[in-house]
Amino acid sequence: MELRVDRDRCAGTGQCALFLPAVFDQSEDDGKVLLLEPRPAAEQAASVRAAARRCPTGAITLLVTETSHG
Amino acid sequence: MSNPPDVPVYKRRDILEPVAELGQLAARTPVYRNTGSEVYDWIAVGRDEVRAILGDTERFSTRPPQENPDLPRPRPEPGNLLMYDLPEHTKLRQKLTPDFTVRRMRALEPAIERIVTGQLDVLEKAGRPADLMKHFARPVSGLVGCAVLGIPRDDLPQLARMTDIRAARRSPKRTAARKAFNAYMDRIVAQKRRDPGEDLLSTLIQRHGSGLTDQELAGICSSVIAGELENASEMLGLGALALLVHPDQFGRLRERPELMENAVEELLRYVSVVSVASPRTALEDVTIGGQVIKEGEVVGCSLFAAHRATAPGEPPDTLDITREPGSHMALGHGIHFCLGAALARMQLRIAYRGLLDRFPGLRLAVPPEELRFRLLAPQHGIETLPVEW
Ligand code: HEM
Ligand code: SF4
Repeated sequence: MELRVDRDRCAGTGQCALFLPAVFDQSEDDGKVLLLEPRPAAEQAASVRAAARRCPTGAITLLVTETSHG
Repeated sequence: MSNPPDVPVYKRRDILEPVAELGQLAARTPVYRNTGSEVYDWIAVGRDEVRAILGDTERFSTRPPQENPDLPRPRPEPGNLLMYDLPEHTKLRQKLTPDFTVRRMRALEPAIERIVTGQLDVLEKAGRPADLMKHFARPVSGLVGCAVLGIPRDDLPQLARMTDIRAARRSPKRTAARKAFNAYMDRIVAQKRRDPGEDLLSTLIQRHGSGLTDQELAGICSSVIAGELENASEMLGLGALALLVHPDQFGRLRERPELMENAVEELLRYVSVVSVASPRTALEDVTIGGQVIKEGEVVGCSLFAAHRATAPGEPPDTLDITREPGSHMALGHGIHFCLGAALARMQLRIAYRGLLDRFPGLRLAVPPEELRFRLLAPQHGIETLPVEW
């Protein structure tokens, strides 16, 4: 499982960092998303998916590759 | 209390519950033509439709509607982010976001704890029965707003009065109250420029210098005060009411403090204090929910219906503080997602924790049917909330 964030779309709501601080952070400079873990472990798949769903601007996308079991 | 006849169906509530008609509408016509409103041509009540419209900044604008087609669209009030469209919205919001993060808000935690403790004392001293709105919800949110902006707490009654009159749609004093409110904010900004303090307003001024104009800063201050006095205060009170009419949930939260974060999300969703989002004007013809919204027409998105309406025959939606928090829209959706979300959530958590700890036996002092609600404002509201313990 691979994660992408689109910082142009991100409105800096901090929803993702609040929901899953192991994977997302919020920048001190511009308040936008920082990706701490671009390739989260497979156990985190459900939470990562939920975080992506909660992003109010659709700035988080998941790329699921066939071999990653993610 | 029964709903007066002039309350439109998307604003009607039986205490905190949707009326059956709303469920029928959401199931049959998720976007319906609205009659008899000065503002909205359409009301969106379907969950997917509401989400789509709020997320679609390319085709829907929050700028003030155009009254004269020969003139350009009116500019938003400076500093009022909610009325900005892209790309101006991003430019302003980016300057503010770093000072409204969860981390930054944590610095305010001790101040909010103090405010909550102080008002719990006031509530206790007021004696049984006491009005939770007057002695707790309104002052807590007002004082938090003052702390954020570095405004003297003695000015709060005056600010609250002006905010009330400003919000009353038919009051003849409205224009005067608006002017006085704006003049007050101008004075605060000028004073902080001269003599900065530790507050968030001073931080914004120091960080951005002339990058934020006085007018923009005054507009931002107004949004903070409105967010607190109009949204946070009613949410605090109505969320408390939701717990009081569900004693099982109240008890569970008291026994399991670790549920608080989850409970606050569920209360935000369940109460949906902002019943209808700000008007969205279509920038082109948009087909949605089986309807065509024509360019220039205005849609009201019912957050309350999106969260709470259930189709006829489905079980009614209930309060469940252990529910896995889904992606509710009580704090908005899309680029206008609430700037004060971290602040609002933190103060709700601290306030509910304080109430539960201080008054484990808290209960309503009147039957719920006797409570009087404010149904015509964009926010759901309550006049008084008499409690005993
Ligand atoms: C529980 C309390 C609150 C609730 C339920 C709430 C709800 C909302 C909602 C639903 C929106 C989006 C409206 C729309 O899209 O039409 C919004 C936007 C906004 N809120 Fe809040 N709010 C709360 C507290 C606050 C506080 C305390 C502040 C103060 C900082 C605040 C400041 C704002 C601002 C500035 C916006 C506009 C953001 C933008 O356009 O980018 N709110 N709020
Ligand atoms: S939830 Fe979305 S908009 Fe908010 S900070 Fe994360 S990526 Fe950005």
